[in-house]
Amino acid sequence: MMHYVPLLGILVVVAGFALRLNPMLVVTASAFVTGLLAGMGPVEVIKTFGKAFNDNRIIAIVWIVLPVIGMLERYGLQQRARAVILGFRRATAGRLLVLYLLYRQFTAAIGLHSTAGHPQTVRPLVAPMALAAAEKQHGALDEDTEEEVKAMAAATDNVGLFFGEDIFFAIGSIVLIQATLATYRIELTPLQLAVWAIPTAIAAFLIHGLRLLLLDRRLGAKR
Amino acid sequence: MITIEWLYVLAGLAFAAYAVLSALDRNNAKRLGNAAFWGLMALSLLGGSWLGDLGNGLLVLGLAGLAGSGAMGRGDPPTTSDAEREAWSAKLGNRLFLPALVIPATALIGTLLYSYTPLAHYHLFQPKRETYILLGLGVLLALILIFAWLRPPASAPLQEGRRLIDSIGWAAVLPQMLAALGVVFAAAGVGNIVGEATRAAIPEGSVFLTVAVYALGMAAFTMVMGNAFAAFPVMASAIGVPLLIQGYGGDAAVIGAIGMLAGFCGTLMTPMAANFNLVPAALLELRDRNGVIRAQVATALPLLAVNIGLIYLFCFR
Repeated sequence: MMHYVPLLGILVVVAGFALRLNPMLVVTASAFVTGLLAGMGPVEVIKTFGKAFNDNRIIAIVWIVLPVIGMLERYGLQQRARAVILGFRRATAGRLLVLYLLYRQFTAAIGLHSTAGHPQTVRPLVAPMALAAAEKQHGALDEDTEEEVKAMAAATDNVGLFFGEDIFFAIGSIVLIQATLATYRIELTPLQLAVWAIPTAIAAFLIHGLRLLLLDRRLGAKR
Repeated sequence: MITIEWLYVLAGLAFAAYAVLSALDRNNAKRLGNAAFWGLMALSLLGGSWLGDLGNGLLVLGLAGLAGSGAMGRGDPPTTSDAEREAWSAKLGNRLFLPALVIPATALIGTLLYSYTPLAHYHLFQPKRETYILLGLGVLLALILIFAWLRPPASAPLQEGRRLIDSIGWAAVLPQMLAALGVVFAAAGVGNIVGEATRAAIPEGSVFLTVAVYALGMAAFTMVMGNAFAAFPVMASAIGVPLLIQGYGGDAAVIGAIGMLAGFCGTLMTPMAANFNLVPAALLELRDRNGVIRAQVATALPLLAVNIGLIYLFCFR
């Protein structure tokens, strides 16, 4: 039983998130609990944690786009995005997001996954466009509906990315699968793996697309 | 050769400017907290390679302490009003989209040119990092274009950048913290323990249930780790390879590829995948921090069921 003890670190994370404590503290506490219970000393835990944080600095690189996005917002990019949508008479929030889902899946499938994303496209363009379309369908939006449309815009970006990117054979996850299986002497080419991402990609488009069209029906019905 | 370190320097300088501008922002009651937090991020990006493991570790504890003690507020950088933005939008028209497209276009065209023409022979960029470096180049080109066209005040990009980074707050650093936690989990052997426990849960002789436990295990362990990459080696060594491939003779490509996608269904449902789920909630200023996850569950669960079906169907053709 004793060797299950490091799992308490996972419990710290689950409990911390459930209690809505500050995630930065929860993560740090979990690192200490896990490391100490696995027999590391406190200094060793700090060193391991610090080295890993430093090794992952590439994650922070995406924030260099913020000055450009902020500048364009300063000159009315969000308002421009709304104006474009208001110009299309038949635009709806659901149809717009279906198109974005298709775009995101397709570009991710050809390796262009880092050309769109929450800071680059969802905040300045997709979310304001979806809100503008929803207002046309529904009239002024109450706070809950506005929140729902914005959340769906972000969700659509994630679904499109996750279930498009693995069709591209030179992506990290495909390389990881290949490398992991190779340690068991199972040799596969990236392409052999990538084709099996296609059925799930189609299913993701159908399921999420259907939900987006249902969102349209709800928006229209509340009018 | 241009390496990723150059980009760390660029990002580090931006964070250093956010720190200085935060310290000067008298409209933010917690301005020193913001200045310290963004200052530590600048130090990490500029000096992380020289701080040593212990130095970096103490830096991380500082970030967590500042975030957890509520030391950060939200700055009030000078920007335009909604009315001014409407006026600019009407005046500039759809040309306003052009600078936004410069970034992806530079990353895309640059990567293609660099990879498929003789340019690659000059070894301009660090291998495998060319798209990131070109992204940074795109940012600089977009800024030059905006300055040449609209002539904003010189401090505007940094103040506007600070406006956005303050609206995200500590959530901007959380993805990196979670990645580091994953490394600590791995060093403590959490993966092996979870793999053993999952294997103990499988009933003997049922192919379908083995497939189901494999896919559900991928999703569940991904939810814990926040990352399907961490879950895959564990589930592959516990169930995928020994039981499904070697035991029942299943197709390894299907088990690998669709197993990973089952994990991605888990990513849609966990706050641990902060950069996909919590950061956008902050970016879009949602009231509910879990609003994006809430919107994704009804896509993730049916898709997980589809993945179980697909593995079972295609694996044992």
